[in-house]
Amino acid sequence: MANKIIIDEMLCKGCALCTVACPQSLITMATELNKHGFFPAVISAENLERCSGCTLCALVCPDVAIKVFRGVKVD
Amino acid sequence: MTTEMKQVFSRPDSLKDAATHFCPGCQHGTIHRLVAEAMDYFGIKDQTIGVASVGCSVFLYGYFDIDVIEAPHGRAPAVATGAKRVHPGRPVFTYQGDGDLAAIGTAEIIHTANRGELLTVIFANNTTYGMTGGQMAPTSLPGQKTSTTPVGRNVATDGYPIKMAELLSGLDGTAYSVRVAVDTPKHVMQAGKAIRKAFQTQLDGKGFAFVEVLSTCPTNWGMSPVAANQRVADEMIPYFPLGVYKDATA
Amino acid sequence: MTKRLFVKGNEAIAMGALEAGCRYYFGYPITPQSDIPEYISRELPKLGGQFIQAESEIASINMLLGASSCGARAMTSSSSPGISLKQEGISYMAGSECPGVIVNVCRSGPGLGGIDASQADYFQAVKGGGHGGYHIIVLAPDSVQEMYDLVMLAFDMSDRYRVPAMILADAVIGQMKEGLTQHRYVAPDDLAPKDWALIGEGKAGEQKVVKSLYLGDGELEAHNNKLHAKYAVMQEKEVRFEAVELDDAELVVTAYGSTARIAKTAVRLAREQGLKVGLLRPITLFPFPNAAYQKYASNGQKVLCFELNNGQMVDDVRLAIPRSEVAFYGRAPGAGSLPTPEEFLAQICKHYEA
Repeated sequence: MANKIIIDEMLCKGCALCTVACPQSLITMATELNKHGFFPAVISAENLERCSGCTLCALVCPDVAIKVFRGVKVD
Repeated sequence: MTTEMKQVFSRPDSLKDAATHFCPGCQHGTIHRLVAEAMDYFGIKDQTIGVASVGCSVFLYGYFDIDVIEAPHGRAPAVATGAKRVHPGRPVFTYQGDGDLAAIGTAEIIHTANRGELLTVIFANNTTYGMTGGQMAPTSLPGQKTSTTPVGRNVATDGYPIKMAELLSGLDGTAYSVRVAVDTPKHVMQAGKAIRKAFQTQLDGKGFAFVEVLSTCPTNWGMSPVAANQRVADEMIPYFPLGVYKDATA
Repeated sequence: MTKRLFVKGNEAIAMGALEAGCRYYFGYPITPQSDIPEYISRELPKLGGQFIQAESEIASINMLLGASSCGARAMTSSSSPGISLKQEGISYMAGSECPGVIVNVCRSGPGLGGIDASQADYFQAVKGGGHGGYHIIVLAPDSVQEMYDLVMLAFDMSDRYRVPAMILADAVIGQMKEGLTQHRYVAPDDLAPKDWALIGEGKAGEQKVVKSLYLGDGELEAHNNKLHAKYAVMQEKEVRFEAVELDDAELVVTAYGSTARIAKTAVRLAREQGLKVGLLRPITLFPFPNAAYQKYASNGQKVLCFELNNGQMVDDVRLAIPRSEVAFYGRAPGAGSLPTPEEFLAQICKHYEA
């Protein structure tokens, strides 16, 4: 994969603001509760392939739960 | 040619690695991150003194890895004044909500700005009293239902929402007064720039700097985080326009 | 330094504070103590200090909280109604263990009251005043010289225990002029460095948090017990009082501040008439000189308490010596002209024979 995000399931409170921010609507809400009683945001492996590493999700996340990585070509 | 994964978004150093007590969708978390990013940007984490106020942001010291003084309700600008006068070389900021700054603390914020104290004030305006359960705030909108305006804010008896960024921009001591929001990624970036500039204003000794950040309180508005976020754009921004109200930093 | 000066009580407070190293003052004008901010506004900048005439008494106590958190010797002053405004801030200082000096040049109340002297703020001063069940150090000068001396002591005691300290004066002592002998301030050698305070160089290691919020189970209880343990130490080590002709006294007059001056004259007049009368003058109102009352006034002596109020300190006198007969004579706030020594003498005679 070229880029990716990692959503920390234990920090995520399931506010879903990231789902609105993602320009490609790649993020969805889990159907299983996390240990804190929230449905955290998740990104499927399939959707991750399409992630552009734009960081818009991380920008709006109030819980700093998202790390964003971009694939950088190196010689 | 290989591909390396470079991290392009991470938790700022000035923000502790701690889960917050804020409700889901509460934008205090976002604003905290932007303030921490500003401290990282200037490398002032170890110098900065935060003055915590009373409200949902009272646990400031749990989230920022900085020295903190806890102030009584509304008085953070006065406490910050005392601290800054003793340690003029240390950046000092206050972080306050609508009740703290625009109700009980109006005298302190106006006079601190009026004296041109070299302070940075971050004002989280979410049109409600969060910690105490959703009562009317000075910034609640006309018609807004709150726990103390159950049939909606009636301007005839409850007055109009106060526009703090405008009010403080009228004082000579204010060097920078701006209103931002964090409801969209673009607005978040603009807010980050404004907060950085508000710290820059202090570091450059230009005067008092004030950033009003429109934000959500999903729990007390009785809305989902996404709907609450939409209210910022639909109802709050039209009443509290974003923009720079004073910039005397040149 | 040894030249004898003729100064106002209010000015003596300001002079003593600056001599003791106070370099931060935040205040607001109110009669009868506006001389204090006026003097300091003139003299403190010359010493490189910071003077702020704040927007209110509330703002000034909070500036004091901020300055004290940063390790500075700082002071505020006001009079009765303004001291009421400061109570929340003082409570925060007490809970946060921030030292600092608060001067109350009492006027009469309640409410807007009057501008003449009274002693009607005794309860407010010694029983906590603000919410939460704390105490502050309370010192009661009775002369211009004591205004100067006791403010220095106030800074020392406040720093030693990390407890706010109050100078409880009144309009008479604040406004009167008397001889003052200045002296160089010498810091006591037992004052610990303020390693809890926010320092100028910035954070090195663990963050410092100056706060009074304790939400963890049992945390605040432990904190309150810690505060009260400090007060117990103060009770043991820091009591000060003046004893005038008490060794053979059959009637002990007790009073503080301006009232004590008048009482001193009345006691002298009584002695001239052959009455065995003495005066016990508390100087620390908190910690209260219980042991002094037990020593001098609980062996069958009659006790007569004079105050410029409707009866406040007399309660603490009675608590200190429950088996003694303690009478009270007071002039309510707003008496205007002060009681005369003859007026007090008449009371002394009345109780002596009874």
